[in-house]
Amino acid sequence: MSVEAREARQPWILLSPALTAVALLLIVPLCFIVVYSFWLRTATGADQPGFFLDNWAEALTDPFYRDILINTLKIAAITTLVCALMGYPSAYFIARSNGNKAILLLLLMLPFWISYIIRTMSWINILGVSGALNSFLLWTGIISEPLQMLYNQATVILGLVHFLLPFMILNIFVSLDGIDVTLEDAANSLGATRWESFLQVTLPLSLPGLAAGGLLCFVLGAGTYITPLVLGGPRDAMFANLVFEAIITQLNWPLGSALSLMLLVVLGLLVAIYNRYLGMAQLMKGLG
Amino acid sequence: MGWFLIRGYAILVYIFMFLPVAVVVLLSFNASQFGAFPMTGFSFRWFVELAQNEAILRAFRTSVILGLLTALISTTLGVLASLALVRYRVPGANLVSTLLIAPILVPEVVLAVALLLFLNVLGVNKSFALLLFGHVIFTLPFVILVVQARLVAIRRDVEEAAMSLGASPMQTFFQITLPLMLPAVLAGGLFAFTISFDDITGTLFWKPGGVETVPTQIFAMLRNSISPEINALGTVMIVMTVGLPLLGAAIARQLSKKSG
Repeated sequence: MSVEAREARQPWILLSPALTAVALLLIVPLCFIVVYSFWLRTATGADQPGFFLDNWAEALTDPFYRDILINTLKIAAITTLVCALMGYPSAYFIARSNGNKAILLLLLMLPFWISYIIRTMSWINILGVSGALNSFLLWTGIISEPLQMLYNQATVILGLVHFLLPFMILNIFVSLDGIDVTLEDAANSLGATRWESFLQVTLPLSLPGLAAGGLLCFVLGAGTYITPLVLGGPRDAMFANLVFEAIITQLNWPLGSALSLMLLVVLGLLVAIYNRYLGMAQLMKGLG
Repeated sequence: MGWFLIRGYAILVYIFMFLPVAVVVLLSFNASQFGAFPMTGFSFRWFVELAQNEAILRAFRTSVILGLLTALISTTLGVLASLALVRYRVPGANLVSTLLIAPILVPEVVLAVALLLFLNVLGVNKSFALLLFGHVIFTLPFVILVVQARLVAIRRDVEEAAMSLGASPMQTFFQITLPLMLPAVLAGGLFAFTISFDDITGTLFWKPGGVETVPTQIFAMLRNSISPEINALGTVMIVMTVGLPLLGAAIARQLSKKSG
């Protein structure tokens, strides 16, 4: 074999284990559940292979599923908006502070590393009937009976914001940090007020980071089922909860396949639109 | 004035991020019978109870073994793939990169369902093996992103110097390249371990009945009520998941100082 041919083969040898893993553990399984979604669950046991449209008809036309899908997108949208409103000024503060940026970023990354389930359940300690807030309000005498603040849509959103905010701040920070500060100075020296130069120079330049953070928050938020289980009430199920119910509780795997694919298509469309206009590079910057 | 407001706002956001976690740690030392306020005294009793709780210890062992195996496999696959992407001109590199990070572009629930159903048809039921497969595929993209970012910084000419002095490609790899990228490898492995140790979304789909990891154990315990034991376990997890990466970063810095 020539040297060139060997040189050309080497990267593929290095890549083959990872590519094989992705193919066998992700791509083929995804294709498989497309097939599986057309099978039929039988009462007696084994699912019946074939081409039945029943699961799709149920998933697409049942108003129960539609309402929960809409509710899920709404929760994800509110979460993303709150993350942006809380995250932008914080990221701006870190990027423009004279102090130690590394320490400020590290502090922000710490909650990022703390277990998701711990961070989610920690809100029970704050908002629960005998939690910190109720204890404080009782102690001050503002209330005489503990308030029921948990297990509603607002606490689900709260939990999601707490979980996703670091993703947002990190992405905005990365793009703010890449902006040449002298641009703002130039705008100022040309007579813009600080607020004007922020609105017309800095903010537009940082939009890619905001968009990347927004996409991450939305997609991760819309795909969760743990937060509604821990912090939500019985009526706060999100779409991923339906998938979990179908697969784990009802063992209706064909229907569960159809529901999973629905979620994949809806969120995949968002990623595709994002990719079309902004490209994946920005997203990778924030993740790396 | 504006800056003052921004700083105050950012401080509030930091408090929002840290307060609930701080309360978990605080309550884990509460002597009271219930996992809540008021604080009745300082005590280590919940940590002692934790250390005697068979179910939690079993979950801990499962999580550690699963995390270590995941880190080992994921890092091996990820380092090889990153080497290929950084060191060679791969035709279709963009497509290859996208494929390799695809596992985090797909919602984890969907990934979990697809893997569970597909491997079930192949005869792999809910088992430790399924958990391991799932954790490997889910952590692989993170390892590749981290390792690739660090690998770019390693200069190629050191290797070329070794080769021109007569070292074989194998010798060059093990004596030059590997030591230079050790910090990247460690960082990737640590990242994989932490993500695996923390995962619950996929794990609840893949775990066989009766087997619990630490997060699923906590989740199961939450079904009853929040006990001081959960807060103690939370504190242990916080120390582990925050302490390990910090330790890793310190080691990496030490190593790169020595080699640089």
